[in-house]
Amino acid sequence: MDLQLSESELAFQAEARAWLAENVPAEPLPSLDTAEGFELHRAWEAKLSAARWSVVSWPETYHGRGASLVEWVIFEEEYYRAGAPLRVGQNGIFLLSPILFEHGTQEQQDRFLPSMATGEKVWAQCWSEPEAGSDLASLKSTARRVSTGPTTGESGWVLNGQKIWCSRAALAHWGFGLFRSDPEAQKHAGLTYFLFPLDAPGVTVRPIAQLDGEAGFAEVFFDDVFVPDTDVLGAPGDGWRVAMSTAGNERGLSLRSPGRFTAAADRLLALYDDTADGPNRTAATEAVVDAWIKAEAYRLYTWGTVSKLKDGGDIGAAGSVNKVWWSELDVALHETALDLLGPDAELESRWLDGYTFSLSGPIYAGTNEIQRNIIAERILGLPREPKGQQR
Amino acid sequence: MRFELTTDQRDFAASLESLLAAADTVSVARAWADGDHAPGRRLWERLAEQGVTMLATDATPVEVCIAFEALGRHAVPGPWVESAAYLPMALGREVEGIGTVAAPRALDADVADEVYVVVDGALHAATPGAAHVSVHRGRHLFDVTPGEAVDHGDLAAADDLAILATAAQLLGAGERVLADAVTYVKQRKQFGREIGSYQAIKHALADVRIALDFARPLVFGAALAPTPRSVSAAKVACADAAYLASRTGLQVHGAIGYTQEFDLSVWITKIRALVTAWGTPAEHRARILDSLVGA
Repeated sequence: MDLQLSESELAFQAEARAWLAENVPAEPLPSLDTAEGFELHRAWEAKLSAARWSVVSWPETYHGRGASLVEWVIFEEEYYRAGAPLRVGQNGIFLLSPILFEHGTQEQQDRFLPSMATGEKVWAQCWSEPEAGSDLASLKSTARRVSTGPTTGESGWVLNGQKIWCSRAALAHWGFGLFRSDPEAQKHAGLTYFLFPLDAPGVTVRPIAQLDGEAGFAEVFFDDVFVPDTDVLGAPGDGWRVAMSTAGNERGLSLRSPGRFTAAADRLLALYDDTADGPNRTAATEAVVDAWIKAEAYRLYTWGTVSKLKDGGDIGAAGSVNKVWWSELDVALHETALDLLGPDAELESRWLDGYTFSLSGPIYAGTNEIQRNIIAERILGLPREPKGQQR
Repeated sequence: MRFELTTDQRDFAASLESLLAAADTVSVARAWADGDHAPGRRLWERLAEQGVTMLATDATPVEVCIAFEALGRHAVPGPWVESAAYLPMALGREVEGIGTVAAPRALDADVADEVYVVVDGALHAATPGAAHVSVHRGRHLFDVTPGEAVDHGDLAAADDLAILATAAQLLGAGERVLADAVTYVKQRKQFGREIGSYQAIKHALADVRIALDFARPLVFGAALAPTPRSVSAAKVACADAAYLASRTGLQVHGAIGYTQEFDLSVWITKIRALVTAWGTPAEHRARILDSLVGA
């Protein structure tokens, strides 16, 4: 049992740290959910990619470094420690790409991965529907098989329906999501995973202002949208299984690496140190220490996860344990910062932005109630709750 | 980088587990609480034969944590932290028989062959005085009167190992309460269903699982690099997680959990005692804060 980095891992760490110190913008970029901020974040992705830091764990043929899992965690730690921008390409890079590597054809990998790595194409995730949130498998949007497409004559599918809370969709170029391709099949069967350009004929994107007023997500309407067979990910009808490998990634390691929280905990300590003595500081003291402890616990826990994965293990339902932890830590950490800011807490600041964003954590990527059900049923082995009427 | 127990360490944990699982430790703990120390002494000797009393001097803190997690899981009575973690570090040798040290009262000094107290940073032999009754009936606590000073090693390092061993004991106790609570809610039926199928129960127990899962890496991280900060973080997290386990375990058991006769009581009271033993949560948080933001 050891927590030692190897010589090559230390060299990787030093290289990442040096590059980031030289290249991270001194001033934070405007929000990536504004048109201006979106373009500046894409330019940052291009810069990262040119130095081969945008997708370190991918193979070199797709702009990566073939970095190990340990190196990926190291890079993330350095990235957030350096105060580098949020990743506008995260839906594609962290959620879709693992599926493309696992289930995509060679042609799909060659077509989609390079532009994802450079930030040229930004992806939106389109899971939820107005009547299908936590109960995602009850989704109703349809895919109908057609033998000839409208222009090229190739065979494919016609999509109809509505998706909602689609992250990044207001400005993104492509989307991915599940559609019901077999209306006769049982709930989880008969779903197919599609990739589609958000400017395809029949697609309408309607941005939704989030709590902070910015259009971080959108509604997407599908009105006879043709998708060729080559943009189906995995086998038709196998979409649920394919999609659940994304869910595991989103909840588990890849979406919110510990570096984000250890860096935020360090900033919180600095804020605490700068806060004048008084009741606000006194009352927040325990929460400041707990935020540091919990971020440190997450850092160490992740090394445990990495060790298991190195041995060929699987995250499995432990991804749910992870997701509840980081999402609640994120809220607690930012609440504590606002407590320290006293009457200035309500004023625009980086802490306030972080706080508002943190409030979505316990909801997205599967609500924390769903995660607790998964933990109880799949880890503790408790009996399943009787479900309501099935479709 | 391999933050997982080695095969040897797993084997050691498994051998302690099989020894303790077959030792009817709850009866041993209940006898100890009633002042009958004979079964506890026999168990002490068997654990000493397995090497538990020499881990602090002859193995690494990782093995110490493995052993104390097992002691906590099985509610093994006696001054283990004092005799097998603190004193070997303080004295620079394994304790022959049973030893204890006042922190601030001496646990089970009536059973101990050697009793110590720290006065102004120096270790002294001590004589037990008045006894106090603990929330955990198996913990007999004694005031002490200092005697002759004795040679000692690094008392701060001894303190840190005792804190870490207490954290590991809390981790094991919390895991045990969770396991027993899960077993119970799968059997107990109300309104025609196992109560473990209700979300109110599921989510409460899921929160215990989460808290313990994130306390464990702090224990073994501190074992690999013991510092005042790392052992205090482990103690705070394990105390919080085990206490959550005890409160939740009691709640899901209902009235039967609130009886002394039901074995859950052994862990509920032990966890409450260990939360403030070897430094209160507030003291440990203050130590962490001092290390992070300076004076």
